[in-house]
Amino acid sequence: MSVEAKAGTRTETNTRTGADLLVESLIREGVDTLFGYPGGAVLPIYDALYKAKESFHHVLSRHEQGAIHAAEGYARVSGKPGVVIATSGPGATNLVTGITDAMMDSLPLVVFTGQVARHVIGTDAFQEADVMGITTPITKHNYQVQSMSDLPRIVKEAFHIATTGRKGPVLVDIPKDIAASLQEDSYDTTFQLPGYQPTTKPNPLQIKKLADAIAKAKKPVLLAGAGVLHGKASSSLKAFAVKYSLPVTTTLLGLGSFPGDHKLSLGMAGMHGTYAANMALYECDLLINIGARFDDRLTGNLKHFAKYATVAHIDIDPAEIGKNVETKIPIVSDSKEALTEMHSMIQESPRHQDWLEQLEAYKKEYPLFYENADKEVSPQWLVEAIYKETEGKAIITTDVGQHQMWAAQYYTFANPDKWVTSGGLGTMGFGFPAAIGAQLAKPDETVVALVGDGGFQMTLQELSLLQDKGLPVKVIIMNNEALGMVRQWQESFYEERYSESLLPVQPDFVKLAESYHIRGFKVETKDELEQVMPEVFAYSGPVVLDCRVLNLENVYPMIAPGKGLHEMIGVKP
Amino acid sequence: MRRIITATVQNRSGVLNRVTGLLHKRQFNIESISVGRTETESISKMTFVVEVPDFQKLEQMIKQLHKQIDVLKVSDITDKAIVARELALIKVVSNSQIRNEIQGIIEPFRASIIDVSRDSLTVQVTGKTDKVEALIELLRPYGIKELARTGLTAFLRGHQPQVTEIPDYSILK
Repeated sequence: MSVEAKAGTRTETNTRTGADLLVESLIREGVDTLFGYPGGAVLPIYDALYKAKESFHHVLSRHEQGAIHAAEGYARVSGKPGVVIATSGPGATNLVTGITDAMMDSLPLVVFTGQVARHVIGTDAFQEADVMGITTPITKHNYQVQSMSDLPRIVKEAFHIATTGRKGPVLVDIPKDIAASLQEDSYDTTFQLPGYQPTTKPNPLQIKKLADAIAKAKKPVLLAGAGVLHGKASSSLKAFAVKYSLPVTTTLLGLGSFPGDHKLSLGMAGMHGTYAANMALYECDLLINIGARFDDRLTGNLKHFAKYATVAHIDIDPAEIGKNVETKIPIVSDSKEALTEMHSMIQESPRHQDWLEQLEAYKKEYPLFYENADKEVSPQWLVEAIYKETEGKAIITTDVGQHQMWAAQYYTFANPDKWVTSGGLGTMGFGFPAAIGAQLAKPDETVVALVGDGGFQMTLQELSLLQDKGLPVKVIIMNNEALGMVRQWQESFYEERYSESLLPVQPDFVKLAESYHIRGFKVETKDELEQVMPEVFAYSGPVVLDCRVLNLENVYPMIAPGKGLHEMIGVKP
Repeated sequence: MRRIITATVQNRSGVLNRVTGLLHKRQFNIESISVGRTETESISKMTFVVEVPDFQKLEQMIKQLHKQIDVLKVSDITDKAIVARELALIKVVSNSQIRNEIQGIIEPFRASIIDVSRDSLTVQVTGKTDKVEALIELLRPYGIKELARTGLTAFLRGHQPQVTEIPDYSILK
């Protein structure tokens, strides 16, 4: 697209405000979508945006948290950085959850916050907050612009840092006086970051070691994480796995990095993963981790994790290697580069037919199962119904909890970048705004916000945006009148003392939707759901579907906290 | 185990906060930290003394420090040939009678008295941590009124012996 052309059409003057310079920088970075909320300290920036209206699609959320989660959804499915603007003080602190979420799940964001003018910083001025102090531990890097001439360089650095290496959020705090005052045009600037040189090419010796290990392995398994998706390496992964007949399991965030319906796929591993995937990780003699970070929800008790295996770990972030699991073959690299290198390395043909047969037997013997209710909607059945109706092609966003796990288990992702969920931080209220961002990034695709009744009520104010921006997001509330996962744990580990986890008082979601000028449906039985489902997806606009499901259903199989991957419960009816 | 780590950092506002915040967040215990400018403008050097449970945690700490954009270089110099010094100021209760006695104690430590008042004197000592601690213990019976220490600062000697068992923290080991 004509970023250059756009920049070219702006009148060239020698003096501009800091805000103009910022806007110019954004145009040059190729930004066309902004998620934000105005306020006192960003008035100069919003004024500059007003003048550059044609260059941006600004998404005015109804709460800053909605803006940043939307930016995360946008970044996840588009691969481009999500850009967020918020004002000082409360505007900035409202972003904290989203910034942390993006940090945990390695999503590229560039966040601009207003700050009070330089001469009053540190005086507890109106709407002042120590945004640098607050966000230092939750950003990949952050800046406070101290002098106007630094602004263009900082913006360039921010985009560079957010989108390279292990991606992540970068925050730029801009004092109001810098945004407001005039200065000489000084966009053209270069930067040097001697302390930031991510390694993207694998060491050939290490690749050789891994190739030898694969050739020797009798029980190899690939674990694919989000790093495969961030590195756009899905097709390389598939080619590699198929060539050497390597079974593949994915993490929660790695869903879609390998086709879930492929013969070599074992499904998701971890706390609510499949029996086959978890036993493969437990029994394997070679574990090749590509872009996963051995999170505790994946590994279970580390004492039992991959205890018979040689562990190889490919990651772009060296600090993830050896952090939780001792690693014999560390490879610091971009996932695609490493897979491409490895593809041609192995000479011998694989000799692990027995292993594949064993895993196939596990898949047959211990598939995911649930008891399908006769009349009422089982939550798992709801996910399957969505899968059927969307032919498995929709972009699905979720919050955290039971509905997230059921979506991960039963919506078999065959393609990359269709799955947007809050993994590391586990943020309720993430799914719906993330769907808005995803829909903006992919206007022609079906986007389903599959949310719980608890999480949806945390950020439902963003319903305004569906009408405002004409976004046909399908919000499907898996409504069990409870904080399902909390309730499940209270049932399992706290003798059914349902302390503050039940939500019997529910809003009328149909009326709520209608008040936002959106079509609303409510269903309580399978019959009703089957009737409504085609209409939900055939309709060209946004829909809110309140689907009542069995209230006391639990997510299985499960690895209880403190247990190893081989100690799953609920693997058989 | 006690390790001496040095970090070369960009001298930017907030860099100390980044580093100490990181160590705090990841539950590493800092025994001492000293920061100062170097021969290069805009570059500072930090020396930490940290207590870590094992080599795996040590490696993790070094990698996390290295990930900071403003951190240019991190080294564990504990097992190398290094010069390491800290400075302590010790204010001891004393009167004219025992001033000479204290003078006798501090002399082998090459410490010096840098301030004297009617009822106290201040000793300045530089050296490795154990030397500083030995002197503090010797002066304790006289009554220490005030004690201030800078924390260790250190770097490599000009010449490194060739055969040493230096653990290699490169992940490519």
